[in-house]
Amino acid sequence: MENNLVIKAENSKSYLGFWIYILTDCVVFASLFAVYATLHNNTYGGESAQMLFSMPLALTQTIILLTSSLTSGLAIIAALGKNRSRILLWTVATFLLGALFLFLELREFNHLVAMGDSWRSSGFLSSYFILVGTHGLHILIGLIWMIVLGLIVMKKGLTAKSMKGLVMFNLFWHFLDVIWIFIFSVVYLMGHVGL
Amino acid sequence: MKLTRVLFLVSLPIIFIASIIFYVSHQNAQVFNTAGTIAKDEKNLILFSMFLSLFVLVPVYLMLILFSVKYRASNKSSKYSPNFSHSRTVESIWWTIPTILIVILSVVTWRSSHQLDPYKKIDSNVKPINIQVVALDWKWLFIYPDKSIASINSINIPINTPINFELTSDAPMNSFWVPQLSGQIYTMPGMSTKLSILSDKKGSYSGRSANISGRGFAGMLFSVNVVSNSEYNNWIKSTKSSTKVLNDRSYETLSKPTENVQPFTYSFVSADLYKNILGKYTLSDNNMSKVMGM
Amino acid sequence: MMLANLLGLLNVDSFRHDIIQNVGVGIMTLSIFFASLALTYFRKWKWLFGEWLSSLDHKKIGVMYIIVAVLMLSKAGFDALLMRTQQSLSVGNNHGILASQHYQQIFSSHGTTMIFFAAMGLMFGIINLAVPILIGTRDVAFPWLNSVSFWLFVSGMILLNTSLAIGDFSGAGWLAYPPLSELQFSPTVGVDYWIWSLQIAGVGSLLSGINFIVTILKKRAIGMNLMKMPMFVWSVLGSMTLVVFAFPVLTATITLLYLDRLLGAHFFTAGGGGNPMMYVNLIWAWGHPEVYILILPAFGIFSEIVATFSKKKLFGYTSMVWAIWAIVILSFTVWLHHFFTMGAGADVNGFFGIMTMIIAIPTGVKIFNWLFTMFRGKITFSAPMIWFVGFILLFSIGGVAGVLLAVPPADFQLHNSLFLVAHFHSMIVSGVLFGYFAGIVYWFPKFSGIKLNERLGKIAAYFWILGFIVAFVPLYALGIMGATRRMDHYSPSMGWQPLFIVAGVGVLIIGLGLLSLVLQVLYSIYKHIENRDRTGDPYDGRTLEWSIPSPAPSYNFSILPIVKKTDDFWEAKQEKRSRDLAYKDISLPKNSYIGLIVSAGAFALGFGAVWHILWLSIIGLLVIVVSVIVRTLDEDTEYTISKEKLILDDIQFYGEGK
Repeated sequence: MENNLVIKAENSKSYLGFWIYILTDCVVFASLFAVYATLHNNTYGGESAQMLFSMPLALTQTIILLTSSLTSGLAIIAALGKNRSRILLWTVATFLLGALFLFLELREFNHLVAMGDSWRSSGFLSSYFILVGTHGLHILIGLIWMIVLGLIVMKKGLTAKSMKGLVMFNLFWHFLDVIWIFIFSVVYLMGHVGL
Repeated sequence: MKLTRVLFLVSLPIIFIASIIFYVSHQNAQVFNTAGTIAKDEKNLILFSMFLSLFVLVPVYLMLILFSVKYRASNKSSKYSPNFSHSRTVESIWWTIPTILIVILSVVTWRSSHQLDPYKKIDSNVKPINIQVVALDWKWLFIYPDKSIASINSINIPINTPINFELTSDAPMNSFWVPQLSGQIYTMPGMSTKLSILSDKKGSYSGRSANISGRGFAGMLFSVNVVSNSEYNNWIKSTKSSTKVLNDRSYETLSKPTENVQPFTYSFVSADLYKNILGKYTLSDNNMSKVMGM
Repeated sequence: MMLANLLGLLNVDSFRHDIIQNVGVGIMTLSIFFASLALTYFRKWKWLFGEWLSSLDHKKIGVMYIIVAVLMLSKAGFDALLMRTQQSLSVGNNHGILASQHYQQIFSSHGTTMIFFAAMGLMFGIINLAVPILIGTRDVAFPWLNSVSFWLFVSGMILLNTSLAIGDFSGAGWLAYPPLSELQFSPTVGVDYWIWSLQIAGVGSLLSGINFIVTILKKRAIGMNLMKMPMFVWSVLGSMTLVVFAFPVLTATITLLYLDRLLGAHFFTAGGGGNPMMYVNLIWAWGHPEVYILILPAFGIFSEIVATFSKKKLFGYTSMVWAIWAIVILSFTVWLHHFFTMGAGADVNGFFGIMTMIIAIPTGVKIFNWLFTMFRGKITFSAPMIWFVGFILLFSIGGVAGVLLAVPPADFQLHNSLFLVAHFHSMIVSGVLFGYFAGIVYWFPKFSGIKLNERLGKIAAYFWILGFIVAFVPLYALGIMGATRRMDHYSPSMGWQPLFIVAGVGVLIIGLGLLSLVLQVLYSIYKHIENRDRTGDPYDGRTLEWSIPSPAPSYNFSILPIVKKTDDFWEAKQEKRSRDLAYKDISLPKNSYIGLIVSAGAFALGFGAVWHILWLSIIGLLVIVVSVIVRTLDEDTEYTISKEKLILDDIQFYGEGK
């Protein structure tokens, strides 16, 4: 049964290996969170999180990313239904949302740097930029991955390999969403409240 | 292998180790040749741990030698039980006994970590002397804030008097270590650590940095001279005749990298110097220095 | 002007070195030159590239790891000799043969090379050689990823060694603590070389960690459930679990240090809101698990060796498995014991001290289980068992020294002294190295079909054991005499010099040991006709690898085994089981040069990052990304071996109809 390609992909060694990779990425982010927790009050005379970060922007970014997780999941459902055009549709939607997220984030970074609040300014800002920036870098990798994935699905269709790629990407994208929830909570929410 | 050969091979390392111990016991084995109360307690801890470890080493060595000899293939008389791989009794013994040893040592560890905490002030009727220590590239600055004098690479302290050190660095991480008086403590820029010691034996004890801080770190040697009260007071007086004065300007010169610096003293040191050195690294509203102790 | 910008920080001075460094560079260059000459003369380039450098066969990758590791062991051993020479001579008015900065680069390079390239290399080499065969399968889960891991390892190694010829190396110790490793106090490219060679090799390690976990979980023979696996495989599973949890911390931490240096960030700077203590915590959160990563497979090797050479089942299998996982979990709870002297307070110090002691319990349990495996066995003391005996004698001393150091106030006196240095060398040399040497000697016949010369093997072990005692007992003593580590000069009044000289002699004896090991291999190969092992089972072994021919064929097993018990091959021999001759066509991975290409890209990335040559790093990164994508799209990655060929091979080995 064709359905099995997606199920098979999720039972494959590659998928298990990818899960373990996600675990390692988790540890990387855990380290960066630990750094942020230690350094976030070291403003070295500069402005604090409360003063610098915009809640409306963070909220907007969160909604965009959460929605993109939805569209990514819909792509998997389309794959289960063996619907190639639907897969591509939802992948494009995910891509656009992800690109919008990244655009907003880069614009905010640019704004901060232009104001003189860059990673050179303090331990707090170094830890902010690396934590949020690493997440953004992963989003960028996801965007590139989506392009390659889209091209493969277009050219080769639904094969064991392309379905493996799709489920791995989906896991990756959801993982980035989870990390963002933590970033939103720890950096923006707690920062906004002055913790 | 022949018994004589085994005995020869085994006796070589034993003779070697014995020679090393013999040599060390005729030298100044600083960690064991203590002249301070803290170092003495730390030495006893080390010896106690060494003693406890015999309870593990002796059985292990005995079993190794016994089993190797008895169960070697050429010994046809020994019993051969190829599937004997499980015994509740025996396994319980070697989970339990090490656990007991570790429990004992854990209690000792918890107690001694508190009793010998470098931040703990020493119990004494004598009024303590405060010394501020700044690790520089590549020498040690000692400030006596209550006497407004300072010294490079050498300090005099009176016998049987608690000394409260406050330590920092205006250079990479160093470690303040005078083995005959006490264990070490790190000195870090922007941080102020503490150490309290008391010496009960007159003499001159060598100190060093125990953490690499760059090119000249091996030359960061200093001496702690434990003297009588009157000798100490005389020394303080004599520093007043030094022509050197330590203020912000001369400090800037001092903090430039130099190596293998011979000891000298300052007749005067500005009151806020230690605080200002700490303050270089922190920048908060009231510019207070951070004190170690999470 | 344009050219200067194109080359980043590189300039003519980067190539200027003192005479000792020049000799080192000369030796490296001449070795490469003569090796190339030999390859050309014997017309072996095609063989080298086609049979080895592009191979995805786990056995060949394993052999290559080991060769590189032994080379790095020799280089770092030579560093040790230089260090001992310096410390034997540099007393009073004599300042030895090395300037302080050079000495500091040497010990930093010694530690870095030994841990990341000698020890990790030996470990991954043996794991590659042995694990798939021990679990009854044909290759690892991701053979191509395996090749990438190896080549990243090589890339990191080459980058580190480049620092000898171009620029300099870090002088901040093998862990590069800030603030010393920050730009202000280490303005040269040395620390960046350190960062990038570790970064590249570290990614390789991480990928191997993932690879071997999936291999062990998903590729075991039918019937081999987890509690029937050889103990070595359990130890690898534990070690690789540690790899995937610990290495990402290293990756993150040294990236942050690099950003401090490159972009002026303030993660670990003194001032600017940075926190150097944070680095110390993070780096040891990786560093402590790392030493358990190294020792666990060595323990596993001893489990196999003791059982095999005692002709007896490993004692306390379940206990041993629990001990491994206790060690894995506990190794994440002890990291602060590396810096009790940082002043975290009595409660924190006490807690970590106690946790550290607790980890000694499962380790001790393992030792007793090995000894009781010997109990009522029939023990043959061939070379691997000599390594084991040396391990028990010396590792135990290092272990109890470690428990002593775990008492914080004791540590206050001995931290960063030569007592500490003696302790960790006891662990790494008599634990890790002895274990991996024993493993190489033990499994050598399986991969080459050649039995190693016993006499030379035992001589090598004796030299190492004796050399270790002569080199490191003086260091324990020096610690008690108040000698700090890493000093390039000291006063004669300390009384340290005689001990340093004796330790130097010890290093020479160890050098003889290393030479004997290499000679053992070379001589045995030279006499390969007499030493040929045609049985595939030279020790009357217990585990699956001894059921196949020696040297192991590319496909390992002509028929994938079905397992019933632990030590199934031994049981099958006792029960005189016959094989179920169900032959099938099999597919194996084709060779691929992509690993090599990724490695070249990684080197470009790293070299550019060190010397601030942006375009080079970008090209390197692109090479890596494009190679990975190309490989992902490649459909034609396997080749078939027909069952007829398998049958023919088996008839040769087993005889007709078996």
